[in-house]
Amino acid sequence: MKYRTVFDIIGPVMIGPSSSHTAGAARIGRTARTVFGRVPKEIIITLYGSFAKTYRGHGTDIALVGGILDFDTYDERMPLSLQMAKKAGIDVRFVESEEIADHPNTARIHLSDDQGKLEVVGISIGGGKIEIVELNGFELKLSGNSPTLLVLHKDQFGAVADVATILAKHEINIGYMQVARKEKGLEALMSIETDQSVTPELLKEIRQKSGMYSVTVLNN
Amino acid sequence: MNFRSVAELVELAETEGLKISEVMIRQEVEVMNRSREEIWEEMGRNLDVMGQAIERGLSQDGRSASGLSGGDAKRIQTYKETAPVLLSGETVLDAVASATAVSEVNAMMGIIVATPTAGACGILPGTIFTTAKKFQLDRDAMIAGLFVSGAIGYCIANNACISGATGGCQAEVGSATAMAAAAVVEMAGGTPSQAAEAVAIALKNMLGLVCDPIAGLVEAPCVKRNAMGAAIAMVAADLALAGVKSIIPTDEVISAMYKIGQDMPVALRETALGGLAATPTGKALERQIFQNTKEDE
Repeated sequence: MKYRTVFDIIGPVMIGPSSSHTAGAARIGRTARTVFGRVPKEIIITLYGSFAKTYRGHGTDIALVGGILDFDTYDERMPLSLQMAKKAGIDVRFVESEEIADHPNTARIHLSDDQGKLEVVGISIGGGKIEIVELNGFELKLSGNSPTLLVLHKDQFGAVADVATILAKHEINIGYMQVARKEKGLEALMSIETDQSVTPELLKEIRQKSGMYSVTVLNN
Repeated sequence: MNFRSVAELVELAETEGLKISEVMIRQEVEVMNRSREEIWEEMGRNLDVMGQAIERGLSQDGRSASGLSGGDAKRIQTYKETAPVLLSGETVLDAVASATAVSEVNAMMGIIVATPTAGACGILPGTIFTTAKKFQLDRDAMIAGLFVSGAIGYCIANNACISGATGGCQAEVGSATAMAAAAVVEMAGGTPSQAAEAVAIALKNMLGLVCDPIAGLVEAPCVKRNAMGAAIAMVAADLALAGVKSIIPTDEVISAMYKIGQDMPVALRETALGGLAATPTGKALERQIFQNTKEDE
C-alpha cells in the first residue's frame, strides 16, 4: 500500500497551490536537508517532466528551496524562501531537464558545502506524498511505508553489525534491509525499514560508531 | 480491521455494525500505532484549517498573483444572500461558495489542507461544513466526515491514483468529489453501502476529466472544478440516499478511473500542453503571466 495513513489523504496542511508540486516538493527538499544535516552553501536542482514544465506556476522552485531551509509544508515563510536563501548567501541554481524520468514529478537535488556534498533524487507521487529513489548514486527501493533508517558510512567491517546490534538493543525489528557500496573501502549505504519507530537517542548511538557519515530516519 | 477496497470497507462496517468513519479510525490506530485521541485531535486541527480557509476566502476580494482567480466565492455568497430565487438551492450554493473560497485561498498561496490534493482542496470543506450547517451537526460530526472521506480516498489512492500528473483531474477533483459524497451520506444518516454508492455515482460523473491548467497554475479551471465538484458531491449523496444504485460496483469505477488516466495523453496530465491550456486564450494568458513574472525578477 503506497498510502498508509489517513493523513496522507486528508493532509498535509500546507501552503498552496499544489500538493504534488508545492507540498511534495517541500518534503523532497526537506528530506535532502535532513540527510545533509546542515544548511548547504550551494544548491543545484534538476527538474524533470511536469516539474520541469510547470515549476514556476506552482512554486515548485520556492518549495524545494523552502524544504532545504528546513521549512515544513505549512511554514508561512515558504513564499519568501528564494529571497531568504539569497540573503543567507546560498547559491541556488535550477536546471530544466528534457530527459524523460520514470515519474513525471521528479527532482534531483545536489547540496554541497566545504565539508561535503549530497545528491538526492525524489519523486512526488500525489497528495504531498513523496518517495526518495536515489541517494548519492545509490538506487533505493523503499516501500515508503515504514520508518526507514538511511546510514551513509565508510565501507568497512563491522558497520552493519554495529547498526544491527543497536537496533536489537532497542528491540527494533528489521523488516527490510539493503546494503550497497560503490567501491571497496569507500562510501556505502545501508537502508533499513523497521517495524517500530526509531528514537533520536538511537540515531545518536549509531552516529557515535566509527565510520558513520550520515544517519537519518524517514517516515518515522 | 484492515481494508484495501471500498467493498471490504463496507463489508467490515456492516458486519461489525460500525460507521465507515469508525472503521477508518480503528485501522489508523492499529496501523500507525497511535492513540485514538491523538488521531482525532490531528483531524480536528485539519478541520479548523479548512474552516479558516472558508472564512478567509468568503471575505476577500483580492486576485491571485497571476490575476487568474479570486473574488468569485464572495460573488457567489452575495448572490446567494440577495437573489430572490436560487435555481440550484441554498444548500448546493453554500457548498459551491465555500469550495470556491478554499480553492481561491490555495491559489493565493494561503494555508489549506490537501484533500486529497491541493488542487482539489475546496470540495471537502465546502460539502462537509455545508452538510453540518444543514443538519445542525457539531464539530465532531464534521471530523467523523473527514475520516469517511479519508477511508474512500485511501482506497482510491492505493488502487488507482490521486495526482493530476498521473491520472488527470478525474484523479484529483474526481477523487475529492467521491470522497465528499461518502462523507455527506454518513453525516446525513445514510448507511455504509449508500456511501459507497454515492462514491460510484460521483466518480462516474468525473471520469475522463483532464488536467489542463492554464499556464500550469492551479487556478483555471481548477477553482471552478472545485465548485462543481462540491455540487456533484451533494447531488450524488442525495441520489444514494434516495436508494439509487450504481450498475458498476464502486471498486470497478475506481479501477476504470485509473485505466482512463493511464490512457490519457501526457498533454492532458498537468503539463499545461493540452486542453484549455492550449486554447488561443489559454496560450495568450500564459505568455502574459510569464512575461510579468520575468519582469518582476
